[in-house]
Amino acid sequence: MKYIDEFRDGAAARGLARQLAVEIQPDREYRLMEFCGGHTHAIYRYGVQDLLPAGIRMIHGPGCPVCVLPVGRLDMALDLATRPNVTLCSYGDMLRVPGSGGQSLLRAKAAGAEIRMIYSAAEALELARRHSEREVVFFAIGFETTTPPTALVIQQAAALDLPNFSVFCNHVLTPPAIVHLLDSPEARELDAVAIDGFLGPAHVSVVIGSRPYEAFASGYHKPVVIAGFEPLDVMQSILMLVRQLNEGRAEVENQYTRAVTRDGNAKAQRLVAEILEPRSVFEWRGLGPVPRSALQIRAPYARFDAERRFALEPRTVPDHRACQCGAVLRGAIKPTDCKVFGTACTPETPLGACMVSAEGACAAYYSYGRYQEAA
Amino acid sequence: MCLAVPARVCALLDGERAVIELDGLKREISIELVDDVTVGDYVIVHVGHALGKLDPEEAEETLALLRDFAEAQA
Repeated sequence: MKYIDEFRDGAAARGLARQLAVEIQPDREYRLMEFCGGHTHAIYRYGVQDLLPAGIRMIHGPGCPVCVLPVGRLDMALDLATRPNVTLCSYGDMLRVPGSGGQSLLRAKAAGAEIRMIYSAAEALELARRHSEREVVFFAIGFETTTPPTALVIQQAAALDLPNFSVFCNHVLTPPAIVHLLDSPEARELDAVAIDGFLGPAHVSVVIGSRPYEAFASGYHKPVVIAGFEPLDVMQSILMLVRQLNEGRAEVENQYTRAVTRDGNAKAQRLVAEILEPRSVFEWRGLGPVPRSALQIRAPYARFDAERRFALEPRTVPDHRACQCGAVLRGAIKPTDCKVFGTACTPETPLGACMVSAEGACAAYYSYGRYQEAA
Repeated sequence: MCLAVPARVCALLDGERAVIELDGLKREISIELVDDVTVGDYVIVHVGHALGKLDPEEAEETLALLRDFAEAQA
């Protein structure tokens, strides 16, 4: 496929690996966090890890929306789904994540709840139009990539004056989470690791641009390289980070120039800003409460806000006792350090969200890296 | 969740929709979030929406750099 296959070329990957080996300083460790689960998967799926010199340590970040959604929010969705006359729609990844007491949306569906897996937010809107007798709720999750389509359906529902459509909004924001990883006393207490630089998000940055990372790079003196999701993108970005660190620079650089600009998609940003606003605080699995790190529906669109329409009470629920997703999401431990990895917790019977999602670090290790790690 | 793919726009439809081709398959997507999409553009597609356009010149520049690494090794 054009613009995909070329960025997976083995000869270029080996060339980049050789260049990295030449340029790294032998007495130094480069602790680089890839924020996104998309990068984690590229690293494991294509064996990038095996090509990297020993001095480069990749730390997996919390950029997996299914993973960072805390159990309490999932329990709220489960509550919604089991109310009479409600049809709950969500993206597929969310359905298998375990909530309290081993419950999941998939199990609730098997028990008779009306839960639909959708590919696009537009399908939820369409369901509401076709089934005026049902309360259709879109369980919206995701980072800045997935947010504009949610804002769009709320705007369209308002234009249609749809009385039976609402959104349970769980959209989260990338830059506050990165700042929190470095900044908060909670994160420091929670055994967070030192990070020298960041591989910045690919498709989040298509929407928000590279500018939002600038204050952060200079303020915390940490280099950020916006990186595409193909293996050569990742390797080239690692080389760019190594060069910045060797030269003592802490800038925002953009490797993914074919899709990311400094200002991003202004049309999508305007739409999101019209419909949604920052929450004062939002709880993340692994990071705890993070200020201004998520979005809620603005007052003029309140009738489409499922939290208000159904008077949902916020809940805080701890993770399964054996699950160490939180520490994995902070980059404090590797998935294989978790006691239940690959034993009690597998993609077929996950205990934690990181084993469920296609972007979860545990799922990446299990699917691609487990045996190498063990060897 | 943030996974998105570049796909070629084959046809424009009414209502700010377009047909894209991806790996031999044709699919309908929304182009409401991106201005000035034309047939032949590559767009980044995510959950049924184009989120941005791919810049072929920038892609070629990156590929040229990557080819240099491949050749340096040979």
